[in-house]
Amino acid sequence: MTDILIHMLLTIFMPPLLLGVIGKTKAAFAGRVGAPFLQPYYDLAKLIRKGSVFSDTTTWIFRAGPIITLAATLVAALLIPLGNHLSPISFAGDMILFAYLFALGRFFTTTAALDTGSSFEGMGAAREVTFACLAEPTLFFALMTLSRLSGSLSLSPMLTTLSLSLWFSAGAALLLLVGGMFIVLLAENCRIPFDDPTTHLELTMIHEVMVLDHSGPAFAYILYGAALKLFVLGAFFIHIALPLKTGNAILDWGVFILSMLGLAVTIGVVESIMARLRLLRIPQLLVAACILSAFSMLLILR
Amino acid sequence: MTEFADQLLVLVMLINFLVLGSSRMAIAIRAVAVQGVVLGVLPAIIHTFSWHLIAIIVGMILAKGLFIPWLLFGAMNKVQIKREVEPYIGYVSTLIIVAITTALAFVFAAKLPLAQEHQGLLFVPASIATIITGFLTLTTRRKAISQVIGYLILENGIFIFGLLLTSAMPVMVEAGALLDLLVGIFVMGIVINHISNEFSTIDTSRLTALKE
Repeated sequence: MTDILIHMLLTIFMPPLLLGVIGKTKAAFAGRVGAPFLQPYYDLAKLIRKGSVFSDTTTWIFRAGPIITLAATLVAALLIPLGNHLSPISFAGDMILFAYLFALGRFFTTTAALDTGSSFEGMGAAREVTFACLAEPTLFFALMTLSRLSGSLSLSPMLTTLSLSLWFSAGAALLLLVGGMFIVLLAENCRIPFDDPTTHLELTMIHEVMVLDHSGPAFAYILYGAALKLFVLGAFFIHIALPLKTGNAILDWGVFILSMLGLAVTIGVVESIMARLRLLRIPQLLVAACILSAFSMLLILR
Repeated sequence: MTEFADQLLVLVMLINFLVLGSSRMAIAIRAVAVQGVVLGVLPAIIHTFSWHLIAIIVGMILAKGLFIPWLLFGAMNKVQIKREVEPYIGYVSTLIIVAITTALAFVFAAKLPLAQEHQGLLFVPASIATIITGFLTLTTRRKAISQVIGYLILENGIFIFGLLLTSAMPVMVEAGALLDLLVGIFVMGIVINHISNEFSTIDTSRLTALKE
């Protein structure tokens, strides 16, 4: 019971902190003091209090987009086990639901973008779905590999049975999986080699351009949903990359929080030392990620 | 120990992908050098100590890790070719082709009637996959240097297969293979220089278009 409570509290309150840590890491690399760790919370609080402006040309889809996206991501957050604790909801085959909840969220983000009739937003939506359809096979190869390793079709047992001893017996396959999943993590969350979350040029944006017309609370939902997605996919990645287990429930939560913060720092470092890729190179890298995880599946199936 | 050998072979196959996926010559040359060094270390892991073995390892690392990359970098700087522009088949497509052929190599290797102690090892599929990568690099790239790199990868693939037999392979055969390779690289280097001197490009697809 307490575990479920902690799961909920972490899911609701931790995601913006990850963005704060990423921002602070980037600031440290640039030699700046940077915004405080809690800045994303302040931003969200500010946006929630603002009023909204809706264009006359938009329909209900535009208003529903941010809410459905956030709701889908929240449900996905209930399916993923955090740390070494089972998730609140779990059933055989929930990994498919997990993958397609993100697809549902993306579908509504892109249709809301198309609904505005802006050509820039349409361009962003086209890019988003193109890259998403290249990232999806990677996720599925990874899920297939993991379900083969654990002999289970449900995320909770699948991810919690991963352990350090597995790294010794199937190290090569897991290393490939970590490489592929890290690329997908960055691509799905629009982080730097794929998309710059702080860019101000519409022509180069992918995710940011789709949400240009949203304002006030709707934009807060979008920002919060993006942070939550980073949190959920990050938790998934942490299970594969750092399957640390202490056996003590409280200690496990501590390990989980520390490794999530470590992941945020890693993303910050990657963002600081890499430039954004040209749009033409992005599919290449995503196909490479797909091949990495397909290869890892091959090694496991053999 | 064979566990660790398997991890190294996975690395070798990843380098195959890297060579086919990168457009920069320098990356491809370094990747092939690393592949040569990894393959040089492999015999030490799977066979017991002998002077013959040491000779093979030192020869491999010196030739494939240092000497041949040095020659290739020299050729690259001389003709000022930094990247492969417009291969016959694009990077993403070649990556997908090599991924499929690697998968097929695993299937094929599982069907081969191998000796009992070689079954379940990665050597045979890795060897077939590397040979196919070599063929693909040779056939899909236009620049002569890339074709030399393809030739090197092809030889690496043959070497992996030979690893299974090293204890039975006399050092002269091994030295002969390395020497052949070296002569091949030399000849290619001279050819590259001549092509670039005569036609101010090392694009081999132009050669068929020559008319007096």
